[in-house]
Amino acid sequence: MQSLKQQWFGNVRGDILSGIVVALALIPEAIAFSIIAGVDPMVGLYASFIIAVIIAFAGGRPGMISAATGAMALVIAPLVRDYGLQYLFAATILTGFIQILLGILKIAKLMKFIPNAVMLGFVNSLAILIFMAQVPHFIGISTMTYVFVALTLILVYTLPRFIKVIPAPLIAIVLLSVIAIYSGVELRTIGDLGTITQTLPTFIIPDVPFNLETLRIILPVSISLAIVGLLESLLTSQIVDDMTGTESNKNREARGQGIANVINGFFGGMAGCAMIGQSVINVKSGGRGRLSTLIAGLFLIFLIMVLGELVVKIPMPVLVGIMVMVSIGTFDWSSFKYLVKAPRTDAIVMLTTVVIVVWTHDLSKGVIAGVILSAVFFVVKISSVKIKQEGNRYFVSGQLFFASTDSFVDYFKYNEINRTKIQLDFSNCRIWDESGVGALVKVQELLREKGIDVDVAELDAPSKELVSKLQGI
Amino acid sequence: MYKHILLAADGSENAIRAAKEAIKIATCFDGMIEVVYVADFEKSKSDVLHSSSSEALELQRRKKIAPVEQLLREANVTYKVKILRGTPGPEIVRYANEQQVELVVIGSRGLNGLQEMVLGSVSHKVMKRVNCPALIVK
Repeated sequence: MQSLKQQWFGNVRGDILSGIVVALALIPEAIAFSIIAGVDPMVGLYASFIIAVIIAFAGGRPGMISAATGAMALVIAPLVRDYGLQYLFAATILTGFIQILLGILKIAKLMKFIPNAVMLGFVNSLAILIFMAQVPHFIGISTMTYVFVALTLILVYTLPRFIKVIPAPLIAIVLLSVIAIYSGVELRTIGDLGTITQTLPTFIIPDVPFNLETLRIILPVSISLAIVGLLESLLTSQIVDDMTGTESNKNREARGQGIANVINGFFGGMAGCAMIGQSVINVKSGGRGRLSTLIAGLFLIFLIMVLGELVVKIPMPVLVGIMVMVSIGTFDWSSFKYLVKAPRTDAIVMLTTVVIVVWTHDLSKGVIAGVILSAVFFVVKISSVKIKQEGNRYFVSGQLFFASTDSFVDYFKYNEINRTKIQLDFSNCRIWDESGVGALVKVQELLREKGIDVDVAELDAPSKELVSKLQGI
Repeated sequence: MYKHILLAADGSENAIRAAKEAIKIATCFDGMIEVVYVADFEKSKSDVLHSSSSEALELQRRKKIAPVEQLLREANVTYKVKILRGTPGPEIVRYANEQQVELVVIGSRGLNGLQEMVLGSVSHKVMKRVNCPALIVK
């Protein structure tokens, strides 16, 4: 891994430029995710500023962008709706502490146990939910709304072919806002949904009663947020690792996310995490170091200070169009091929994750269900022992342990064996525990009762050791 | 004299044809072939999501150039493999110019026909921008 100096100043020019690009691309997303969460745009903008700046110092993956995100906004929405903004700040702070704790407990190792199918379900359901959140903002409002959504989509998909330096969503916003304002078209604007204040965030203590009742309300939300935030952050860090061909400290990243959220909550921001899309934009624009993340945060808040009063004039349909683009970009389109080609059980795990998330609107529930389901499938898969007969040699293959002993014993219980001497070949089987040894002993006795002489062959060293140890007792 | 030849490989049929031509030239001049594969930024997210670990992903990428490597081994040509990361066209150009290779050999059409229609062909872009001669193999 690079030295700290290298992480900060190894790529100054690239980092400054890409940081500026990311700041421009972040603004519409931070506002849109605030709207999904049901809070003022400032809450998402402050969060994006604070998280980006703190992560620049505390994160474990240089060049990765963290801010207010859709995944977190979706978990936040019900809390804000039922209990209000102050509870969100408290939940954000608690989320941070949980993440710090998980980081100290080396959560990154656990990430390896989350199968691909679940991660695919995660990104796909996230994409579906972001899209669904846009529907109320454009279906059945007015014809011009449809027109502006369509225009935005055309612009964001065609512009990058001609203009590569400025993010296409920003050009679409400026162009279409100007058209909307000067043509006097009736469109809802961001100002209709919230206010932009041109002040820096200030330190606050969330105005909630400090009692168990509050904890009961925020703890489940905070746990969900902590899981979702770490999942997306660690996935994003893997992607940035791959794009840059470097490694990163995942546990430091987990702690950094926590630190950022704690501070974020105390400055009136909503919980956030790393963003796949923005991090990809950053790396593609030449960003590699911590400086890019810092510049992104600082330039974002600078733009809001300067242009705040213009931001409220942005038409909602333009923002909706950009969010549709974000959801299309988030969705993993090769998943359809995956559904056909991957093993049945993997496809079922992926679909289950998606269905549960879309049903509950909570990404963490889908992920937990997906992980449990795939663990069950895994145990079922490895808990069958197969036996193949060739002459008087019986080849056992699979894993012999507490869950698989039945299939092993049953074979010899129910199959007619008309020989006086057989050999059990264990070259493709490992015995894992007491139950496995017990099953072997049971089969030997079973066959001896039938008058068949049994010879156990080709036991591998660990199995042999286990058998002699347990039989010796 | 073509002593240092860059061969762009992407796992396609055309890359294999390109490899055969590169071998002919390399054996003529007793040159070294550098096989370059670019892991595309655009596919990084999907690649990571569909592979179980970074090691597995690295193996999948190595597999894509395995047929080319086999040809080179059979022809007994000195070669090395380089996996780059970025946008294929510009990344190949940057690397070729930086390493001052003497010849770039590239297949005319990669895997994705639709992308090529929209974005223009990678080989064409490479040919225009490298500082050395380029051989595009049909």
